[in-house]
Amino acid sequence: MTATLPETAHQQTDKADKYARLIQPTRVHGSLYTDPEVFAEELERIWYRTWVYVGHESEVRRPGDYVRKNIGPQDVVMTRDRDGEVHLLLNRCAHRGNLVCDAPSGNSNSFRCPYHGWTYRNNGDLLGYPYNKGYGGKGKLALGLGRLPRVASYQGFVFGSFASDGPTLTEHLGAAAGELDRLARLSPEGEVELTAGWLKHRTRANWKLLAENETDGYHPQFVHGSIFSVTGSPIGALYSDNSTAVTRDLGGGHSENDLRPEFRRFGEPMRWFGTTEDRVPQYVARMRELHGPAAEEILVEGSPHVMIFPNLFIAEIQLFVIQPLAAGECVQHATAIQLKGAPELNRRMVSQCVGSAGPAGMLLADDTEMYERNQRGVALREPEWVDIRRGVDRERTDDNGFRIGTATDETGMRGFWSHYRNLMEA
Amino acid sequence: MTAPATTDDTALDLRQVEQFLYREARYADEHDYDAWEALWTDDALYWVPAGAPDGDPVQQMSVISDNRSRIATRLGQLRTGKRYAQSPPSHLRRIVSNVEILDDDDAAGPGRVPGDLTVGANFVLVESRERGKEIWAGRTTYRLRLVEGRLRLAYKKVVLVDHDRALPTLSFLI
Repeated sequence: MTATLPETAHQQTDKADKYARLIQPTRVHGSLYTDPEVFAEELERIWYRTWVYVGHESEVRRPGDYVRKNIGPQDVVMTRDRDGEVHLLLNRCAHRGNLVCDAPSGNSNSFRCPYHGWTYRNNGDLLGYPYNKGYGGKGKLALGLGRLPRVASYQGFVFGSFASDGPTLTEHLGAAAGELDRLARLSPEGEVELTAGWLKHRTRANWKLLAENETDGYHPQFVHGSIFSVTGSPIGALYSDNSTAVTRDLGGGHSENDLRPEFRRFGEPMRWFGTTEDRVPQYVARMRELHGPAAEEILVEGSPHVMIFPNLFIAEIQLFVIQPLAAGECVQHATAIQLKGAPELNRRMVSQCVGSAGPAGMLLADDTEMYERNQRGVALREPEWVDIRRGVDRERTDDNGFRIGTATDETGMRGFWSHYRNLMEA
Repeated sequence: MTAPATTDDTALDLRQVEQFLYREARYADEHDYDAWEALWTDDALYWVPAGAPDGDPVQQMSVISDNRSRIATRLGQLRTGKRYAQSPPSHLRRIVSNVEILDDDDAAGPGRVPGDLTVGANFVLVESRERGKEIWAGRTTYRLRLVEGRLRLAYKKVVLVDHDRALPTLSFLI
């Protein structure tokens, strides 16, 4: 090390070296999942900097609505003020740091801290404080709730960034924005709603094991073979060695399992939903009425299977939010997607999502078992590395310039790690 | 011992009911899937709410919301031996207590048939797995029915004390 560099530059170089060492093109080091120092650096460089998905506008539909959300360990209150603007406030009183909001959701134009009665407007402004002569009178304190400096939404999906500047949400989403469009267009009214409530699944594993698994098309036949065999589900075949589906690195750490080639091959409306059009006749009729001949493509191609970096995963009919809490702990929040104007689908999506997701889910409990065993495994000393080379030699570039692999290739993981490394070295 | 201040009929009913609940609990603790499945009626509903304990399971997310067919699917998956969240199986023991016959139609859940008996009880359950030990506790509402002289289970609702918190994997029969 050169003695002439100032200390901060030293640390920068160390960090860059560290992540260049730990993240290689076809393997990543096990300590990335277990080291508390790495986790602390991730909070600073990813979770408290980049755009993170927080909530959906349908959860705070009316002025005054609020809902408790989070960014990693940060307790965030998403509110809608009387002008209709959505805010992301930190649940911390400016006086002594107490929690100002204790309900999971509700409707209120203000929050009153229970400790000394300080009151805040639902845009974070300090409204008042008792016995104000002790502060020189009313309106003398320029304090307020902490708030995320940047809040933006796309198709009703609300994202927040702790950084005052940086890439815009549109830049952050890049090609992943198109996947949210694809989801929204499945609603006859063009709107997604997240109104079915949440399952919260405590997971003793590092958040990145989840993010990597979301578009891992290699595992379903093995981890989920038990449920596929009992139900005769055709999902397994989508992720077989013969599948025409592709895994796509969408850039920016986002990735997808693009199942459309398989659905187009069959050309059957609603096959993506595991059903046929005669089972959801009103929905299909409404979509055809709205879109004319273009409806066929929408009804055949269905919903995306996309992981939006770092914490939003949309799996056709359900949506997951990853909340990291420590190197070895996170919570998966899961809900059924609801499409405005599609009651026939909504009821089925709740039923299917309850069957598959959450602590007792017939899919997700097994995924989570894998995450937790994996977490114990990567803590073992040898062979140190986690291998992500699958499909690297058959990967190609598609017409839009994205890297794609087969349905079972680790193309998505390599994209995730490449973006992760950029952020951690920044 | 002094007899409890109830009629003989009720006392007998309660003892039968308790024996049934204990047996159901033992089948679940010991992963006796066939015996447990045989307890259910065809219109069965097995429900573990999430979030609000009295939400609508048709419109709101639940931890478990199984009709008879989905109970069969769940047990079928467990029987493959490759339901990894339960393979190897958890070691389980639960205490069922505070058993009461409830005179409350609201607690009976949907699909009550005349003659069905609604019963409430509390439970504490210890689960031991390689991952660690979990303590589960809650309130169970059962709806029981006499079918050809045998008690059967038509409805089981389990409200966990942790219903609105993040839960670890719950892959055994609760």
